[in-house]
Amino acid sequence: MNAALPARSDFSAIAGWIKPGAHVLDVGCGDGSLLRFLKEARGATGYGVDIADDNVLECVKNGVNVIQSDLEAGLSGFDSGSFDCVILSQTLQAMKHTERLLKEILRVGREGIVSFPNFGYWRARLQLIGGHMPVSKELPYQWYDTPNIHLFTLADFEKFCRGHGVRILERVVLAGGQPVTTWPNMLGALAVYRLDRAGGAVPVSA
Amino acid sequence: MNAAAPNIADSVGVVTPVDVHFDAPLRLKSGATMPQYDLRYETYGTLNAQRSNAILVCHALNASHHVAGWYASDPRDVGWWDNLIGPGKPVDTNRFFVVGVNNLGGCHGSTGPASVNPATGRPWGADFPVVTVDDWVQAQARLATHLGIERFAAVIGGSLGAMQALQWTMTYPDRVGLALVSAGAPKLSAQNIAFNEVARQAITTDPDFHGGNYYEHGVVPRRGLRLARMLGHITYLSDDAMAEKFGRELRGGEFKFGFDVEFEIESYLRYQGDKFSTYFDANTYLRITKALDYFDPALEHGGNLSAALKGAKARYLVVSFTSDWRFSPARSREIVKALLDNRLDVTYAEIDAPHGHDAFLMDDPRYHALIRASMEALPL
Repeated sequence: MNAALPARSDFSAIAGWIKPGAHVLDVGCGDGSLLRFLKEARGATGYGVDIADDNVLECVKNGVNVIQSDLEAGLSGFDSGSFDCVILSQTLQAMKHTERLLKEILRVGREGIVSFPNFGYWRARLQLIGGHMPVSKELPYQWYDTPNIHLFTLADFEKFCRGHGVRILERVVLAGGQPVTTWPNMLGALAVYRLDRAGGAVPVSA
Repeated sequence: MNAAAPNIADSVGVVTPVDVHFDAPLRLKSGATMPQYDLRYETYGTLNAQRSNAILVCHALNASHHVAGWYASDPRDVGWWDNLIGPGKPVDTNRFFVVGVNNLGGCHGSTGPASVNPATGRPWGADFPVVTVDDWVQAQARLATHLGIERFAAVIGGSLGAMQALQWTMTYPDRVGLALVSAGAPKLSAQNIAFNEVARQAITTDPDFHGGNYYEHGVVPRRGLRLARMLGHITYLSDDAMAEKFGRELRGGEFKFGFDVEFEIESYLRYQGDKFSTYFDANTYLRITKALDYFDPALEHGGNLSAALKGAKARYLVVSFTSDWRFSPARSREIVKALLDNRLDVTYAEIDAPHGHDAFLMDDPRYHALIRASMEALPL
């Protein structure tokens, strides 16, 4: 089953939360490898969304459905509550309209899964103390060529959720592909959250 | 072979059209019946033993069954989608058996208004019924059955051809694997219909039109056809493409303060209009624009396209082009939304191409790569 092995360390955490046969939307789906993994591992159906021409082509080659669309413009092409789960895998940090996108995800999906590189990871902190912007496996870019424009920590994200009516249902924190339980904001390189709207889903008519 | 002959290596080469006669009457959407009719078609590649590798190409307004290759009698008469279809091309004729067909009511060999009405012994003319996309799809399905094709691996088309591909998945959900819906729309807008109406008025008010029975008078409403084509061409190109191609270039280099051809764009439109009026039948043009106007699969479902697509089973590749203002990306997104509502397999690509509506005929590498990948993924 090598073909189905997760290409990124957050894939298996995400797959663990996807019910068999679930209908999912992978927002910022890249080459479609997560969707393909979810299709093969969980029998999931659904679509990816991406803006880049080359990613759309790679999705077709990976045998997954993709809708070419600009995420910054929101998810207006998708009805409220039309997916069991909307996934935002390592995409949020590269988006301009963070608030709006998170709101859109929890409008379109009954649940949301969000993963992101933790800027509070100790190696990142050390590099900053050393006087340089962090560069790591999770944040592989130089300051001048990074697509990541919103860098944040677990604590930042959780504070954001509390202030924006987003309920955290589960959290997995990883470092080197292994789960981290102690001092996650210090020892975790990558965070994966399962979310919904506090107070229930947005009405379908909204 | 003369110097203008296309490259042989990646072409299907010399092709020969075939006519097939259908005796079983075809009941049309209008209520009229075609008692009998011929369809002219071409095929490229070889139908496999399982008969599972067939692809149907649906043509748009002015095209025909001549999709790829060229004719021995005229090597410059290259098929209209030859850049897409051929050995090793995105629609690979080494793998697929490709069928192109001239639609009923056409003027390239299938029974149309210029054909002889067996009931009168004279050309059909004005009496030729109004045909619709549904009618074409039915006739195409009969051709498929005649060719021993129960199910097409794909039905592909752009513009009006995209509408036929979409209609196929609704009329014959079990007979289509993949539908390529390129530069399409789920129905025409008022503006689209308006352009069609001006084109029709140009034809029907031409003194040589004779109420559609111009054949008997030995004339052709050439001026009307010419205007219709000129108008059409304006809508096929984007403003940017026109500016890029022609700008305000003057043929003579300076203003002549007259009404003869001065700007290059005038020259281009006149040339296209003149050329078109020598080979296209005016009655066919009227009917094809009507087929466009009437296409609205959602109509019978209270205007709900999602409901119209309820029984569909195909996979879809929907492609739009950013500079297409005739059938803009927003129109393709309407189709995509209805497919999403039905949880159908769909990939939607919005290609940033400058050519306007005509982009669906171009060989943009992103466009062709997507079609190639979709075709390669088709199980046979």
